[in-house]
Amino acid sequence: MTTALPPGYRIDPEGTHPAYDFAGYRSTALRHPSRPLRLLPQRLTELTGPLFGEDRLQPGDDDLTRANGGEAVGQRIVVHGRVLDGDGRPVPNTLVEVWQANAGGRYRHVVDQWPSPLDPHFDGTGRTVTDGDGHYAFTTIRPGAYPWGNHHNAWRPAHIHFSLFGQAFTQRLITQMYFPDDPLFFQDPIFTSVPDEKARARMVSSYDHEVTSDHWALGFRFDVVLRGREQTPFESGPHDA
Amino acid sequence: MPELDLGSTPSQTIGPFLHMVLPWADGPDVVPDGAPGAIRVVGRLTDGAGDPVPDGLIETWQADPDGRFAHPDDPRGPAQPGFRGFGRCPTDAAGEFWFRTVKPGRLPAEDGRTEAPHLDVSVFARGLLNRLVTRLYFPDEPDANAADPLLATLDEDDRRLLVARQEADGTLRFDIRLQGESETPFFLL
Repeated sequence: MTTALPPGYRIDPEGTHPAYDFAGYRSTALRHPSRPLRLLPQRLTELTGPLFGEDRLQPGDDDLTRANGGEAVGQRIVVHGRVLDGDGRPVPNTLVEVWQANAGGRYRHVVDQWPSPLDPHFDGTGRTVTDGDGHYAFTTIRPGAYPWGNHHNAWRPAHIHFSLFGQAFTQRLITQMYFPDDPLFFQDPIFTSVPDEKARARMVSSYDHEVTSDHWALGFRFDVVLRGREQTPFESGPHDA
Repeated sequence: MPELDLGSTPSQTIGPFLHMVLPWADGPDVVPDGAPGAIRVVGRLTDGAGDPVPDGLIETWQADPDGRFAHPDDPRGPAQPGFRGFGRCPTDAAGEFWFRTVKPGRLPAEDGRTEAPHLDVSVFARGLLNRLVTRLYFPDEPDANAADPLLATLDEDDRRLLVARQEADGTLRFDIRLQGESETPFFLL
């Protein structure tokens, strides 16, 4: 039986993603594979993937500023952007899941116990779906920085966690969105674990005055780029197209 | 090469607070309760010291029992109506995860070859800056496993580590060891 497979997805250049073993981030020490990764040629399982859209949404999932009958404290912001592949093609109708700390840098999570108050009107979780042009948007408050135990006086730069499916198992991405000109970048091993500075910059949102809304909210733009496709279908070897 | 290459957004760790939004009530239900042929897959995620990883997230993706995917890029046509193919389960305090699923069919590969039934598995955790990818194969498919083009690239120890173990009650166990003795084979995708 011969079945032509659709084109595969390009492997990103070295330096785009962090190494698994990154000494500056102590928790990688016992959690990185000690053996080299084997090549997984992209076949049907890797070239397809779950396609979740509106079916996973509840009303209000794209507004994190209202919870438990009140409004969250903090700088109200609109975060928006497009989900694209490496060739600039939009990824339409794809689920985007986000989570973040509150304005004081505290997560609503049992393991976060540092002395910064929880906000009864902020849960810090959201979901949205890209439109036909790959565009998404949600309203939230700007998260605070927070301390962690990785090294002395370690602080995570303010960030929003993003989880994206794309259109194939191969495109699955979990990342973090940062804010422009954060003075904490230099000492953060999670941000600096990305070797290539240009790739690092792709995790930093930009202030967007076009989306800033008078007397309401500041706008930030964050485009997410998932792996682009090879130009021709695989015939034999997976990565020699 | 493409005319435009934007460069991918880098991966970052899922961090310790993944439970705020990512676990879904129906996450482990690749198929609904009572689905014909349903099987239970369980496993434990452990680190290089053998300790459980209690802040991980495991995801699976697979074909239906006929080997079809719920996806338009499957050139052979659609999966069974309503088949989701995706599972997601956070690890618990003991590092354990579980899924309710069905065994997928075999899949056509290049050069007339056939892939054995398998699940693609993603591992996310605090301390993992990038996801890890592995595969689960089925213990009752020795002939198909022997002909599988991916398993054929591995040595015998690694092949064995990718085949789930059947327990007395029919449950399949697939433990994932991030590092050290019996380290799970992980793949560059």
